[in-house]
Amino acid sequence: MPEGAPTAHRPEHRKVVIIGSGPAGLTAALYTARAQLEPLVIEGEPSSTSDQPGGQLMLTTEVENYPGFVDGIMGPELMGIMRAQALRFDAELRVAKVSRLELGPRPFELWIGDPAADAPTVTADAVIVATGARSLMLGVANEARLLGYGVSTCATCDGFFFRDQHIAVAGGGDSAIEEASFLTRFASKVTIIHRRDQLRASKIMQERAFANPKIEFRWNSVVTDILGDTKVAGLRLRDTVSGQESELDATGLFVAIGHEPNSSLLKGQVELADNGYVRTFDGTTRTSVEGVFACGDVQDDYYRQAVTSAGSGCMAAIDAERWLETQGE
Amino acid sequence: MSEKIETLTDATFDEHVKSSDVPVLVDFWAEWCGPCKMISPVLEEIAEEHAGKIRIGKLNIDDNLDVTRRFDVMSIPTLILFKDGEPQVRLIGAKPKGQLLEEISAYL
Repeated sequence: MPEGAPTAHRPEHRKVVIIGSGPAGLTAALYTARAQLEPLVIEGEPSSTSDQPGGQLMLTTEVENYPGFVDGIMGPELMGIMRAQALRFDAELRVAKVSRLELGPRPFELWIGDPAADAPTVTADAVIVATGARSLMLGVANEARLLGYGVSTCATCDGFFFRDQHIAVAGGGDSAIEEASFLTRFASKVTIIHRRDQLRASKIMQERAFANPKIEFRWNSVVTDILGDTKVAGLRLRDTVSGQESELDATGLFVAIGHEPNSSLLKGQVELADNGYVRTFDGTTRTSVEGVFACGDVQDDYYRQAVTSAGSGCMAAIDAERWLETQGE
Repeated sequence: MSEKIETLTDATFDEHVKSSDVPVLVDFWAEWCGPCKMISPVLEEIAEEHAGKIRIGKLNIDDNLDVTRRFDVMSIPTLILFKDGEPQVRLIGAKPKGQLLEEISAYL
């Protein structure tokens, strides 16, 4: 498109646009494609920390609880398969990020690129929001500066670089424990730093962690600072009960303290819960705006599994298809 | 993989980045890294679109630990832009194409 050209050309129109390409978005794509709705999936853009194509599983290790894979499967590989399956039925996948969304007009309007452009890039009769969630960072001093120099949000990407070193993992949920277990392949020792005195992780993950001789725990502790000039040289911790400060000699810090939904596009447009998650109604994927459906982690702060995301992606596709039928083209 | 992207190794790295008349963008990557997979197509596009102005090389960190250690790579993907054999720009983590191009624009 020539720069400065008038944007008088008509935006592309689609029956269904899906925003996001994790398990929810790609399952919605598979189902709407098979229903001949010719979906466009706006996948997101490459990132190692946020709403990247393929979603959070692109940053994970072995997925052992996705049905159908007896021996488990690596997260990125699973997403590659889901992608291929959606493509097989001619879903169109585009690596781009929605910069603006207008859910007032009909058809709905979506912008890619410059959000101030006069005309939207795409319009859609129905929109399926599957933008997922992103990892929360600690927000302590030096975290951003040392990201990639010992601070990491991706165990599969970076564990390799910590062979025979002492690694700390912040968090106490499934992802923290899974990362810690994975990291013991490389590390001499992994210390899990958790602000409570017990884990949130599932039983099987907990048992595995307690049985692993390389994993130690620092209960009731939070990271207050990350030490090191050019790379992580240690951590400062505070005991949440006694208030006492201490240092930990870890050379790596993996952050897995929880998630926040990628819902900023939707602010002021559909109803969000207090914690920012999109509200869906009556056990369906319907949002407060008719014709807009939400699935996956952006609307789920409770189950947050690949398989529940995929399941809700299927629901969104069926909800969208039935709703479009009632609109009587 | 695009023909425009060259495969670098511990053995060929120095010669390759030093002898190049144009800047060389080196992608430190591995098979098991999801974000590395995401930026592969982006790098292929850049190699095509900026052919003659920049060369792009991929270095598999599993097989080429010497170079990986020499440049203190601790996270992948890491992209390092070399000019006359010296590192100029270092980008850690997968990034969108627009942002990537912006960060290396001075060398294009």
